[in-house]
Amino acid sequence: MERAHESIISPAARLVILLVEEQLTDEEMERIIFKPIIKTGAGFYAVVAVLGGLVALGAYAYYVQLSEGLIVTGMTDIVIWGVYITNFVFFIGISHAGTLISAILRLTKAEWRRPITRMAEAITVFALLVGASMILIDLGRPDRMMNVPLYGRIGSAILWDFTSILAYLAGSMLYLYLPLIPDLARAKELKGIPRWKQKIYSFLSFKWKGTKEQKMRLERGISVMAIIIVPIAVSVHTVVSWIFSMTPRAGWHSTIFGPYFVVGAIFSGIASIIIAMAIFRKVFGFEKFLKPRHFKYLGLMLLTLNIAYIYFTLSEYLTAGYWGQESEGQLLAAIFGGEYATYFWIFVIFGLLVPAFILAIPQTRTIKGIVFASILVNIGMWIKRFIITVPSLALPQIGSEWGVYSPTWVEWSITIGAVAGFMLMFLIFSKFFPLISIWEIKEDPTTKKHVVDGPEPTSSKSAEGTVQIRSHSDSSAD
Amino acid sequence: MNAGRRRFVKLLGIGAATIGASLAGVSQLLRHLPLVKGDSDGSAENAPRKWGMIIDLKKCDGCRACTEACKIAHHIPFNQEWIKIYEVEDNPLTPPYHLPRPCMHCEEPPCRNVCPTGATYRRKDGVVLINHDRCIGCRYCMTACPYSARYFNWGDPPHTQEELAHEYSPEEPWPHIRGVVEKCDFCVTHGEKGILPPCVTGCPSGAIYYGDLAEDAVSNGQELLKVSEVVRVRQAFRYKEELGTGPRVYYLPRG
Repeated sequence: MERAHESIISPAARLVILLVEEQLTDEEMERIIFKPIIKTGAGFYAVVAVLGGLVALGAYAYYVQLSEGLIVTGMTDIVIWGVYITNFVFFIGISHAGTLISAILRLTKAEWRRPITRMAEAITVFALLVGASMILIDLGRPDRMMNVPLYGRIGSAILWDFTSILAYLAGSMLYLYLPLIPDLARAKELKGIPRWKQKIYSFLSFKWKGTKEQKMRLERGISVMAIIIVPIAVSVHTVVSWIFSMTPRAGWHSTIFGPYFVVGAIFSGIASIIIAMAIFRKVFGFEKFLKPRHFKYLGLMLLTLNIAYIYFTLSEYLTAGYWGQESEGQLLAAIFGGEYATYFWIFVIFGLLVPAFILAIPQTRTIKGIVFASILVNIGMWIKRFIITVPSLALPQIGSEWGVYSPTWVEWSITIGAVAGFMLMFLIFSKFFPLISIWEIKEDPTTKKHVVDGPEPTSSKSAEGTVQIRSHSDSSAD
Repeated sequence: MNAGRRRFVKLLGIGAATIGASLAGVSQLLRHLPLVKGDSDGSAENAPRKWGMIIDLKKCDGCRACTEACKIAHHIPFNQEWIKIYEVEDNPLTPPYHLPRPCMHCEEPPCRNVCPTGATYRRKDGVVLINHDRCIGCRYCMTACPYSARYFNWGDPPHTQEELAHEYSPEEPWPHIRGVVEKCDFCVTHGEKGILPPCVTGCPSGAIYYGDLAEDAVSNGQELLKVSEVVRVRQAFRYKEELGTGPRVYYLPRG
């Protein structure tokens, strides 16, 4: 609907229309956004029960693995990494959603970002937690995990990884937390919030009153974190790629891997935020905040990354395949036309080409189309990470016998449990914290919604009114 | 120069001094801790030894007697072959041949370089070993080894009374435990006592020679070879030496 009038109406008039459309009072806005925190329906418990059951399945599988050893997996002395490492790369990739959407859009002052930053930042934290736990699950001796910080060797890419992931986790938690403060201060005053929750909010929001001084400091803190978090995020997926490319293996030892992985991470990260947005929009009725244009903008970003990933993929395989060592040739033969061809072509067709077409053609670039493309992208990118991890290991280093790998129920259960755990964390988060940053929407200079008890916005009919920049007056949220 | 700038320069000076001091401190720390290289002193008494091996491919018929002798001597779990016989082919015109592959005990071991905890280390005498008390079982070393020389204890290794009675050391790494990486230890304790490793004595055709490259001599138990000479005359090669690993195992081609 919105798309229809966008094409025929001038930009100034469109702003007016947007304004009229966005005439939500602050009370209405808070009512919608805080509703999931105050009211919890039976559906929520049903979903939690299902997800909890799947997590329990994963936990049971891990218990079996702990008691029997990694022998219960399909991994062998040749294919020594499998689904766990695939999951690790996949979830660390997804964690890039938060940084990109939030930090980069914040730094470039893209105002449309405001309703989606919170969800993006939350994805980062949860995906990192799940991704990091995949490494622990893959360890033969998780009981000695502390040997990494205790005896860490600076020369090992795993130590680099350990360092940058911890830094990213700390940074992204802080980056999620800082913009929550004003909303939590507001949440503790809401009617219908139980006392124990009020205590949590009051603890977490310190003594936020929304004074000019506090706001200035908060904005400064958020800006600093936005700047710091970008290089850390880039380092994380670069180092993940370096774990592979620092080894003398065909298919891994490639200088392109750093940027290739970073682009892939942002690619699957954007797809994840689109899926999360679509789900919460439906479930919690966030249609008034998450509008078609948000999906369209993110869809276009996804398309950009999609094209970039096609370019990198082509560049990587063409260089290795046109002239490469014998082992590279064997590997590519197995990927393009052998053992792994099915996976590879599913990735290329349904993970890269189909989404690119859906996103590029205006007729299919609808919310449904964009969400569908995002789901394809995430499935495709999981397969791609599998294609990166397994074939290079299965390739014989001596002789001609290929390694075989077929994941067991333990590995699949832990994988399902991990995905369910990721969703569960998100769901529980949604019951404690507002999924949309209310104070940031109120401060959006393009909608001038900032004074609650003041007079109604008077200039909603004139285009000039939209130009007004954020007021610095004390606009505490009550 | 205004006050602000003076203050800035002063801060810059303090900052530079702090960074310099901490760098000096860190480098001191690194010198004392085995963080960077992960190497231990090895056997101090007999240093500098250079344990090495020569394998005569002309003599090897792929009978796997070396593999079995090694298995028994080290009580190795069933999935592992610390010296493994591969069938390889140089080119389509020559027939395939057998290539026994122990750990190459590289001078620049990729496995050691990638190990996150320093569990894999290289002794001064060139022997690359694994400290099973340190290993976290990430298996990164196994992805890095170009020779597939490393094995992992996926489950609980089967035990015998004799194996359990032994006291563990990285040089003689049993009793074997679950969740760690294992490989050929180059029988360094044998070498130090002047005994040949079981793979050498177990080979019926005397294809494997072992010794101290610093002494320029290796033996298969029947004859003594002068390393520098046989390497030159027989045009010995080191497997995948183009990777820069610097293997300590030389192969004499069938040629």
